[in-house]
Amino acid sequence: MSRTPQNSATKISSFVLIIIFIGLALSLSALMVALAYFGSGNEVLAGYFLLVGFLGVALSTYVLFQTRRRIMRLKIEIPPVTTTIECRKCGFKSVREFQRGDYIFKEVEPCQKCNDKMLITAIYREVKEKLGP
Amino acid sequence: MNIFAVISGLQNTVTQEPFGEFSWILNLLFYVVFIIFIFYGQRIQMYVMIREVEGSLYKLKYIKDEGRKTAIETIKEIGKPQVDPTVRVDRFLEYFTISPQSLDPAGVVWKLEHILDVRDVRFKDEVKFMAPAADETQVNNLENTLEAAMALNYIYKVIRHYYLLGKKTLSLYIIMQLQMILPLIMREAEAYASALKAFAYGQPIGDGAGALVAAKLMYGHEKRKIPKDCVVATVPIEGRTAYVIKAEGPGGNVGKIGDGIRTVIEENEGKIATVIMIDAAMKLEGEEIGEVAEGVGAAIGGPGVDQFKIEESLLKYRIPINAVIVKEDIGDAVSPMRKEIFEAVDKAIERIKQVILEKTKEGDKVIIAGVGNTIGIAQ
Repeated sequence: MSRTPQNSATKISSFVLIIIFIGLALSLSALMVALAYFGSGNEVLAGYFLLVGFLGVALSTYVLFQTRRRIMRLKIEIPPVTTTIECRKCGFKSVREFQRGDYIFKEVEPCQKCNDKMLITAIYREVKEKLGP
Repeated sequence: MNIFAVISGLQNTVTQEPFGEFSWILNLLFYVVFIIFIFYGQRIQMYVMIREVEGSLYKLKYIKDEGRKTAIETIKEIGKPQVDPTVRVDRFLEYFTISPQSLDPAGVVWKLEHILDVRDVRFKDEVKFMAPAADETQVNNLENTLEAAMALNYIYKVIRHYYLLGKKTLSLYIIMQLQMILPLIMREAEAYASALKAFAYGQPIGDGAGALVAAKLMYGHEKRKIPKDCVVATVPIEGRTAYVIKAEGPGGNVGKIGDGIRTVIEENEGKIATVIMIDAAMKLEGEEIGEVAEGVGAAIGGPGVDQFKIEESLLKYRIPINAVIVKEDIGDAVSPMRKEIFEAVDKAIERIKQVILEKTKEGDKVIIAGVGNTIGIAQ
């Protein structure tokens, strides 16, 4: 479930992509025109084209990143679940990744130290909270 | 001052200087945009909202499809069916339950219980048919997996219904309500999505906090089965005799705790000093996950049948009831158990012992009922 999905939910409309790229191309042209105006000494017009160009580039890249974020958000991430196995006799503890068929209070392989029966005592996932700004 | 004069003055300063003779085009543009927003502002806002709902709907569709896929894959892997279970799973996802008529409410609980029993038997039969090689524990887990997939399918269909209805009628109020409630629905859908894997693998979930408390208390003591799908163990705690009850694990099962408590009370002819129920409960935003709180009343969720039965039995013999809850949110309740919730179980046991010491005398009999889905938790 954690792989990148390839269904209709993640497809970005090619129409939207074309519009974004046209916007980006126009903004870049505006920047080039601004440079040309600077060269010819028309600084006021050059300033306006520069403004329009920068705004266009910023807007197109923002929209492009937003569509990318949408894909990333659609991943259903399953955090790793760990299983703790404990020896009731000598207290030896081992932690490993959860395996299908594990359950709390299941008797598993003998203890490496005292050869007594070991028991699954905990199954949980750890969530690392994202810190706010 | 006239608003038009202000706007006109503003755009004149901005546009006339650099664009000289073409400034009238920009003037015209300003007015056109202004008028469009006066008359079509709300409609534009509605289209923005429709787009937002559409985005969430795509996400819901993806989650729903993944749920269906996970369910089918798990059935194929565990159940080893002879035929492809896809058609049967699709049919299962469309199952519905009609709640009983409550115009004359007397006796409605028993009617509801009967319908829920029929539903339960039907689901189990269906799962056994789909997965013939699955054992009892796996059948329970598969049933839970399919129920999570069914919930996702239902959420998607309801949201799609209101989205299409809003789009068809262009009703701002339908779309607006949908857009406002969507963050909560998306949280729930995401919770069910993560529950799917937990159910498929048989991992303990947050809702099992109560069951884990009971399991820890009864581990190492003799257990016997009681109706229905429950187990009870007689455990000496602080000089008292505690009847610890939980749903039978480690398969996905909530049992009929109401019947279990009633059986134990009747076995003891009502001579029970107190009943303590432990369950996972919804936390409010800002509260800590795994916070343990204490109160009175029957701490049990679900359709209310078990709560009704418990309250009836307690009332008959005037038995006091205490509750200990472990706080978590909807996402934690159905996804694999978080470390904080696991650690809260020991705190809950301490609170139970404290309640027993404070509310009962030595030699008394008490009932401790761990409520919740016992998936991944044996006894």
